[in-house]
Amino acid sequence: MLVLKRLTVLAITMVAILTGAESALAGLGQPSPWQVGLQQSASPVMDNIIWFHDFLLYIISGIAGFVLVLLVVVMVRFNARTNPSPSRTTHNTLIEIAWTLIPIVVLMVIAVPSFKLLFLQLNVPAADLTVKATGKQWYWSYSYPDNGQFEFDSLMLKEGERKEGQPRLLAVDNEMVVPVNKTVRVITTGSDVIHSFAVPSFGIKIDAVPGRINETWFTATREGVYYGQCSELCGKDHAFMPIAVHVVSEQAFSAWVEEAKKKYARDEALPPTTVAAAQSTPR
Amino acid sequence: MAAMAKAHGEDLPDHPHGWRRYLYSTNHKDIGTMYLVFALLGGLVGGVLSIGMRLELMHPGLQFFHDSHMFNVFTTAHGLIMIFFMVMPAMIGGFGNWMIPLMIGAPDMAFPRMNNISFWLLPASFTLLIISLFVEGEPGAPGVAAGWTIYAPLSTTGHPGPAVDFAILSLHLAGASSILGAINFITTIFNMRAPGMTMHKMPLFVWSQLVTVFLILLAMPVLAGAITMLLTDRNFGTTFFTPGGGGDPLLFQHLFWFFGHPEVYILIVPGFGMISQIVATFAKKPVFGYLGMAYAMVAIGGIGFVVWAHHMYTVGMSTAAQAYFVVATMVIAVPTGVKIFSWIATMWGGSLEFKTPLLWAIGFIFLFTVGGVTGVVLANAGVDRSLQVTIFAGWYYWFPKMSGYMYSETIGKLHFWLTFIGVNIVFFPQHFLGLAGMPRRIADYPDAFAGWNLVSSLGSYLSGLGALVFFFGVAHAFMRKERAADNPWGAGATTLEWTLPSPPPFHQYNELPLIK
Repeated sequence: MLVLKRLTVLAITMVAILTGAESALAGLGQPSPWQVGLQQSASPVMDNIIWFHDFLLYIISGIAGFVLVLLVVVMVRFNARTNPSPSRTTHNTLIEIAWTLIPIVVLMVIAVPSFKLLFLQLNVPAADLTVKATGKQWYWSYSYPDNGQFEFDSLMLKEGERKEGQPRLLAVDNEMVVPVNKTVRVITTGSDVIHSFAVPSFGIKIDAVPGRINETWFTATREGVYYGQCSELCGKDHAFMPIAVHVVSEQAFSAWVEEAKKKYARDEALPPTTVAAAQSTPR
Repeated sequence: MAAMAKAHGEDLPDHPHGWRRYLYSTNHKDIGTMYLVFALLGGLVGGVLSIGMRLELMHPGLQFFHDSHMFNVFTTAHGLIMIFFMVMPAMIGGFGNWMIPLMIGAPDMAFPRMNNISFWLLPASFTLLIISLFVEGEPGAPGVAAGWTIYAPLSTTGHPGPAVDFAILSLHLAGASSILGAINFITTIFNMRAPGMTMHKMPLFVWSQLVTVFLILLAMPVLAGAITMLLTDRNFGTTFFTPGGGGDPLLFQHLFWFFGHPEVYILIVPGFGMISQIVATFAKKPVFGYLGMAYAMVAIGGIGFVVWAHHMYTVGMSTAAQAYFVVATMVIAVPTGVKIFSWIATMWGGSLEFKTPLLWAIGFIFLFTVGGVTGVVLANAGVDRSLQVTIFAGWYYWFPKMSGYMYSETIGKLHFWLTFIGVNIVFFPQHFLGLAGMPRRIADYPDAFAGWNLVSSLGSYLSGLGALVFFFGVAHAFMRKERAADNPWGAGATTLEWTLPSPPPFHQYNELPLIK
C-alpha cells in the first residue's frame, strides 16, 4: 500500500513537471520549484556554461541512449530462448580498436569548448571594481577596496525579519551591491575555516580559504538580486550563510557607495588590504 | 550467517569450535564470512543514517534535528561507515577473501594470521568511530561534523572537542587493516596460483582485486600521513594546515584527494571484476577481450592516481594545473568505455539467462554508463548507486557457493527492482538540484528545492524497503535450506570455485588443481 502511495505521488509529480513546463523554468537569480536545469544566466561566463552544459547533455544522452539500445538488443536477441546456442567469439580486433579510438575523438570534441570555457573563467580581465568577500562562521563580510575603507557584514534574515517576497534562507540584511555591466573582480578569503563563494546565475564558485586570497570575476548583465549559498561545508550553520548580490545601475551604485561610507564607517581607519591571514593567529 | 559457516567443516576435528573458531580464525572462508557479516552490519547502520538524512531533507525547515550540526554528523558518519565499514569489507575483505584462493586454486591466503588481524582491527576501528559520535566535536555538540573529507581547518580549529581525534584513530586502524589485507592479497595472487594458472589466465575478478589492493597499498599510507598531521596539528601545536604558522589548508586537500580519488576506484574496481564473471557466466560465453578488460582496470587504477585535484577545482589552482586535471580526468573515460563495451560484447551472441545476479549486473552496466557520462559533466555522482548494485550482484552470484543454499529467485528479483527503481529516484533528482544550485551537505534548503528533495526522499524509502526484502531473503534462504549444486549456474560458470562442493570444505585443494 505504502509503495502504491509513493508511486502515485511520483506519478503526479512527473505529470506536474511535464505539464507545468512554466514552473520548471529557471528563475532569475534564484532557483525555482521543480527546476531541472541550470539557473538563468546573468553573466557572459554563465552564458557559456549553459551552452557547454547543453552541448554535453546532447553528447552524453547520445552515448547513454546508444548503450541502452545495445543492452535492450542484447537482452531481446541473445537470451536463452531466442539464442539457445551461444557463440564462442572472444575477439574482434577492429571493433576493439574502434571503441578505444572513437571515445578519444569524442573527448577531443568535448575538450575544445571545455578549455575555452576554463580560460574564460580563469583569466580575470581588467576589472572596473573589486569586491572582497570574507567568509566567516557563519556570514559573509564585504569590503570595497576601490571605493573607500568600509566593510560590512551580511547575515541571513531569520523568520519574521524577511519582507514580502524575499526567499527563505537566501535573503540577507546587507546585500553586496555592484553596478550593472561592469566587470567585477571578487577576491575571497576565509577568516576561520574554508567557505565557498558561489552565485549560480553568474557562473562563479570560488573557495574562501584562510591564509589565501582567491579571485574570480563576473559581469552582471541585468539588474536584480542574485542569490547563492556557501558551498563548502563550514560547520554548524553552513546552510545559513547565503550570498545576495544586488545588481543596480551605475548611478544607484555611486549613491550606495556614498551612503555605505557613512553607514559602515569604521572607528579607526585600517589599511584597505587587510586580509584574514594577517588577523588569524597560530594555534 | 553463522549457520552458513557451520554448514561446512564443523564435523572436522582439525579446527577450533565455537567462538574460538572465529576469534582465532586463520581460514580465509571464515574470515571472509566475518567480513561479510560485518559489512552487513555496517551497511545497516550507514543505511539508517542515510534514511535519517533523507527524512530531514524531505521537507524544507528543520524537522528531526535540533540544529544542522547533528545533520552534518549524520552525513559524515554515513560517508565514513559506508566506505570503510560497508563497501570495503564487503568487496575486498568479504568476496576477495572468499573467492581469490578458490579462483586461483590456492588452499588459503599467504598469511593466514595477518588475515585474522586485518579483520579484527575493523571492529576496533568501528568502535572508535561510534565513540566519536558521542564525544564533543564542535563546541558544545557531540560528533564529527566536518564531512568524510575532514578538511582542515574545520576539523582542527572548528572541532575543539576530541571527536575528530577518535575518528582519526578509527581511520588509522581501518587503514592499517586494509594495508595488511592488501599485502596479503598481493602475496597470495603473485605466489599461490595453482600450476598453470598464469597471470593472463586469472579470472577477471582476481585481476580486479589485484588492481584494488595495489591502490590500497599506495593510497592508504598517504591518508595515514595526512590524518597524522591533522592529529599533531590538533594536539601538539604543529601547523601543517594552519596558515598562521606557515601551513596551508590546501595541503590537506591535496593529500586527502591523493588518497580519496584512488579510494573511489578501490570501491568500484572489484565490482568491475564481479560484473565480468557474472556476465560471462549467464551469457554462457567467455569474457570478450579478456586482456583488454584486465589492462583497462590497470589503466583505470594507474590514471586514478593522477587526477586527484579534480575534486578541488574551486580552491584557486592555477589555470595550467586545472587544465591538466581536466585532461587527465577525461582520459579515464577511455578504459571505462572499453569495459562497458566489452561487457556488452560478452553478452552479444550469448545465451542470456536472467537469473538475479545478471539482473544486477545489467542494472549496474546501465547505471554505470549514466553515472559515467554524467561524471564527464559533473564530478562522480553516479558511483555510490553503482556500488550498492555491484555488491548485491556479487552477493547473489556467490551466495549459493558460500552458504550451500539457493536463494529465492522471486525475492532476489523483487529486491533488485525495488533497489534499482529506488536508487534512481533517490539520485536522479539530485542532478537537477545540483544544476539548480543547491549546495551539498545542507540540512535545510531554500523552498524552491523542496519538490525534488521530496522525490529523492521517497526514493530512499523505496530502496530502504528493498533492503528489508534483502534481509528477509537471506533469512528465507537459510530457513528454506534448498541445497545448491556444486555449480548451480551451468556451463557458463567456468572458474575454479564452481568445481568445489557448495559450500566448499573447510580446507580445499589438498591436491592442487592443474590448469591447462
